[in-house]
Amino acid sequence: MRPRPTLRRFTAAAAAAVLATSITACGNAGNDDSETRDVDVAENAADEFEDGTRMKELAEDGKITIGVKYDQPGLGFKGATDDMPRGFDPEIGKILAGSLGIAPEDITWKETISDNREPFLQEGEVDLVIATYSITDERRQVVGQAGPYYVTGQQLLVRSDNDEINGVEDIKGSEVCSVTGSTSLDNVKKEGAKPRGFDTYSECVDQVLDGTVDAMTTDGTILLGYAAEQPDDLKVVGEPFSEELYGIGYSKDRPEMCQWINDTLTQAFEDGSWEEAFDVTLGESGVDAPEKPELQSCDA
Amino acid sequence: MSGNVLFDAPGPRTIARHRVYTVLTLLALAGIIGFFAWRLQVTGQLEYEKWEVFLTPSYVEVILQGLLDTLQMAFGAIVLAIVFGLVFGIGKVSEHAWLRWPSWVVVEFFRAVPVLMLMIFSFYLFAIGNGPLSPMWCVIIALTCYNGAVLAEVFRAGINAVPRGQVEAAYALGMRKTQVMVQIQLPQAVKIMLPALISQCIVALKDTSLGAYILAPGLTYVYDQISQEFKNQVPAALVIASIYIVVNLLLTALATWAQKRYVGEKAAPLEVAATGFDDGRGTL
Amino acid sequence: MEAVFSNFDEYLKAFGVTLGLFVVSGIGSLVLGLFLASLRVGPVAIMRRAAALYVIIFRNTPLLMIFIFMAAAMPKLGYNFKWVEDIEIAGWSVSAFFVRSTLALTLYTSAFVCEAFRSGVNSVDLGQAEAARAVGLTFAQSMRYVVLPQALRAVVPPLTSVQVALIKNTSVAAAFGMAEATATMRAFTNNNADERIQIFLLFALGYIILVEIVALSSYVLERKWKVA
Repeated sequence: MRPRPTLRRFTAAAAAAVLATSITACGNAGNDDSETRDVDVAENAADEFEDGTRMKELAEDGKITIGVKYDQPGLGFKGATDDMPRGFDPEIGKILAGSLGIAPEDITWKETISDNREPFLQEGEVDLVIATYSITDERRQVVGQAGPYYVTGQQLLVRSDNDEINGVEDIKGSEVCSVTGSTSLDNVKKEGAKPRGFDTYSECVDQVLDGTVDAMTTDGTILLGYAAEQPDDLKVVGEPFSEELYGIGYSKDRPEMCQWINDTLTQAFEDGSWEEAFDVTLGESGVDAPEKPELQSCDA
Repeated sequence: MSGNVLFDAPGPRTIARHRVYTVLTLLALAGIIGFFAWRLQVTGQLEYEKWEVFLTPSYVEVILQGLLDTLQMAFGAIVLAIVFGLVFGIGKVSEHAWLRWPSWVVVEFFRAVPVLMLMIFSFYLFAIGNGPLSPMWCVIIALTCYNGAVLAEVFRAGINAVPRGQVEAAYALGMRKTQVMVQIQLPQAVKIMLPALISQCIVALKDTSLGAYILAPGLTYVYDQISQEFKNQVPAALVIASIYIVVNLLLTALATWAQKRYVGEKAAPLEVAATGFDDGRGTL
Repeated sequence: MEAVFSNFDEYLKAFGVTLGLFVVSGIGSLVLGLFLASLRVGPVAIMRRAAALYVIIFRNTPLLMIFIFMAAAMPKLGYNFKWVEDIEIAGWSVSAFFVRSTLALTLYTSAFVCEAFRSGVNSVDLGQAEAARAVGLTFAQSMRYVVLPQALRAVVPPLTSVQVALIKNTSVAAAFGMAEATATMRAFTNNNADERIQIFLLFALGYIILVEIVALSSYVLERKWKVA
């Protein structure tokens, strides 16, 4: 990893890790500079919530379990030896936990994948799901979704030197990859592209880099995460051709959480911590934070 | 059949010709190796930073953990597959049609469906929706069904390989059907099948790699993680594949040893029907 | 059920791709496997060893890793097989993904084909060859008239197992850009989550039919070649 500019600091833990590995003086690969932004942790947070609410319970316990993705750079990624996932979604999780007086190191992270987000919430495996979780009516039948905290849409990722594909209108006849069996892949098939399914997004990105496929498609944020990793080689093009509202999932049995999530998000929008979270993760490639999304009312 | 029966003792001209072949083969091998080394070099795959991760203690731990997961899944699956195989293998040789036919259907079904599809399906059934089982268990379930079906066939053949006269002798002594199976047929069948059993372990071990498709841990999953983090696909694939090869060679050595120890050098080969065997290893 | 039957052409197309992968890599693996086997039973020591090494490497590596080599590692070495897409023969051309997948399947399967052939030759009784030599047949003659015809019969069952395994192994290509049966099944189940079980069974049935066709034709062949 290249050295990164100011603004961020080495955590004590990372420094200790560097020390420990330099003593063994063998190989020293990996991400030592696991810097993060400072998180505001509220004091005496438990007093602010009414008795009987889930927030009160969590604040009193001082613990929370949050489900995030582990395989999407910029959004939610955890390397094989990392202690904590990094990315925009975990940052949002830290902001929410902070408002309950829970420090980042007291958060328990769980890997969620697209298929198991609802079961995790229903069975109480996690308290919150912040994992590129689009708000849909079908999902709202079984779980609660607050937010959105981010608005994105299906876009295209191409090599920086590709001038031919500038949007969805250019993909007819070209090869476009995504995850096998995904809706995104179906959508580009309808646009006349040859769909190529892969096991993971990262394998798909490799195919774009190698020039085997012309473009990759899925939610813009996910693409942005990969572009942020390799800004010289990859770029995201075109207007989104679908709208995805990323929401924060909570259990339907705890409807009181919705207002708290929305209030915390509103505050994060106002005090700049939302934008900061974007800048240190998805914004690394130099992309400016997008417009703040409009929150949906919890009464609906 | 050893080759030398087929040939005359080579004369001077044949010996010379074989020397030419030897040199040509060596040149071809050197060419292939050299070519890959050259490609590795010019594409920068030999740079230290692409390999450093495999010398970093914390990542070595991750790889070893992956190996452990792989072994656990393989052995877990084999142990359960033996149970599965016993039940349906005996079912297939049963005298009752109502046992024989369902056993036959189950065995044929699981032998003809790709393991990957079985994994995806058990993932749908057990990991999402009806109460979460970990992906690791889904891998074990899928491998149990597949390897169990193969082993059922091995058990059936093993039981049939026990000379008929012994069974008749046992009946003549007044043993009942279950007694004959448990005391006469199975012990000998197991002995005959041991090498086939261990080689099925290799099949199971290799198939655990497909678990990466449903996010189960293991060596291939570790490959995904490391290659994604360090963009070192070539070194990572070489290292992980080598680990698989070494572990499988150790298992093969164990199979050979077991064959010599318990079956003897010249065991009667087990005849197993055409369908099924993942890689046509036959019976080793 | 409904989901599959209303898109039955997709279902057929998917198994068409599966069949295409199977046929091409099946033929490829027979050719390469036979070549390797001839090295393995031949008189030149170094050739025997080279073929043995090939078998050891490819038989002990998971197929998925070989696919990864073809799809992820080879492009990094400068070969993404994209050039094959420019070749067009009588209006037909293949994609780089098809070539990679068939290459991976061929390399893997030929190790097993080689072993099947070798065991076939080894299954012929030593006395047969000795007798052939004793009545004055040359090496070529004894191979042609005595050893190979018998070896061929012995080789049918293990070769069938290998090819049946190959049909099922084509499913691994689902994760490498091929819209074959398993990949298509995933697309169907994603769109119709409530019909997962029926969809799975229908796709399983497709594989079973392919497997049974191969097993049956091998059975016929075996009967035909059986000594009267």
